[in-house]
Amino acid sequence: MSVGSTGAPEVPAAGGEQWPRPIRPTGPANNPRAMYRLGQVLLPNPAYRTVARALEAHPRAEAAFTAVERRVKERIFGCQMCGQCTLPATGYACPMTCPKQLRNGPCGGVSQTGGCEVFPDRQCVWVTAHDRAASAGHGDDLAKLQRPVDYREFGKSSWVNYWQCRDDDLWTDGDGLARQYSVRPPA
Amino acid sequence: MIDLPESGGTGALAAALRAGHFAATAEIGPPRGANAEVVRRKAALLAGHVDAANITDNPSGFIRLSSLAGCVIAQAGGVEAVVQLTCRDRNRIALQSDLIGAGALGIPNVLLLTGDHPRFGDHPDAKPVFDLDGVQLTWTARELRDEGRLLSGRELTARPRWLIGAVENPFAPPREFRARRLGKKVAVGAQFVQTQFVFDVAGFADWMKQVRDLGLHERCGILAGVGPLRSLRALQHVSNDVPGVYVPDDVGRRLRAVPEDRIADAGVDLCVETIQQIREIPGVAGVHVMAFGYERGIPEILERAGVGPRTRVSAVAGRGDEHAR
Repeated sequence: MSVGSTGAPEVPAAGGEQWPRPIRPTGPANNPRAMYRLGQVLLPNPAYRTVARALEAHPRAEAAFTAVERRVKERIFGCQMCGQCTLPATGYACPMTCPKQLRNGPCGGVSQTGGCEVFPDRQCVWVTAHDRAASAGHGDDLAKLQRPVDYREFGKSSWVNYWQCRDDDLWTDGDGLARQYSVRPPA
Repeated sequence: MIDLPESGGTGALAAALRAGHFAATAEIGPPRGANAEVVRRKAALLAGHVDAANITDNPSGFIRLSSLAGCVIAQAGGVEAVVQLTCRDRNRIALQSDLIGAGALGIPNVLLLTGDHPRFGDHPDAKPVFDLDGVQLTWTARELRDEGRLLSGRELTARPRWLIGAVENPFAPPREFRARRLGKKVAVGAQFVQTQFVFDVAGFADWMKQVRDLGLHERCGILAGVGPLRSLRALQHVSNDVPGVYVPDDVGRRLRAVPEDRIADAGVDLCVETIQQIREIPGVAGVHVMAFGYERGIPEILERAGVGPRTRVSAVAGRGDEHAR
């Protein structure tokens, strides 16, 4: 909030690479209505649950499945493999591609043109999320309260988690933290 | 008048909000060094003129004396403190620990922010943490205070009693979502909010209308961020280097139109007028003055805007020894 002093020493990033690595979601994600329809197809059901259980029982199959999931979602959404996918509640714009990985909406640093605070030439992921969700009639989704990420799930398949309904408490409509604790209790 | 539960808010800021007095907070920029005297001096300048003063948390990622330490020094200097905690540098373990620590030190207010990215600070090589976001941190704080529990569910041996504050930027896209984003913070426990600099009063009034439509002003004290632009360099800095600040063209035109030796005064005049206009907007509970390096001018700005010490004294009446704590 405050006006910091000027005169920061320039510390170049090693190797001249842009850091943090910017992510460019592409392709089908830009058609939100299609994404919401696909989301319906992927909703948990007994068949998917059986598949997910079988995958977890066979580590090599699960690894292969997870690799495919990573490949597909990385290409379309810039997926970071957090293992607790919130795409259906964020207009199919992945909040983990935000340099601050904010899951509850944009930070205060978005420029007047909608540019990211960290990558000014790139649109803020939450501006994208807002546009996509609103255009598909899902604008209210962004008001959902997103619980903190469980870092133990990173690198795991979010579909395997989702189909077994482990993601049911990722977000809530009310101020539900009072009844349901944000961090899952240790298994 | 804002409906604040008894569980939190034992200080002058909470009292002013509860009583419906137009509140004033200000910002103390801590020094880049281990000199308590700087904070003490700035606190002395503000004592009696504001309800509380924030000690910033490494603003824009530039390292300064810590907010928690600054708060202890400022309170000893006679001004009620607001400790700032950003998600930039601490994970959920450190954040909860600092929140509990602030409670034990008797700091009556916390301000919880996501924080700027370290990339533009003086340690761009630092690891950005952002384990929680501003909404989740506010949620966590309410859980600590009102349920007496950590995020893990473990119980605290004693509950902190601070008032929970948050921030919002009414001017950043997506603008239609900004009041609702504040709504999320209020839903999870924010009791006061300090906004980004308001230079566009009309835009702020639009946002306030949405805030009123959602009824947020009844549960959360809305403090409008203001500050004097005392040079063209400051105008340039705030417009270009501080993420998310919107300065409409007419502000720049007005400052450029006066002779160079009058710009500082013109900037202060503009700040005073802004406060006066903001006071007229329904639902605004107060102002938050950010004047880094010009803390000495804050009492005069408030007084000229009609938010002088006399208003403060009436707000303090009946609060007994709380103020001196």
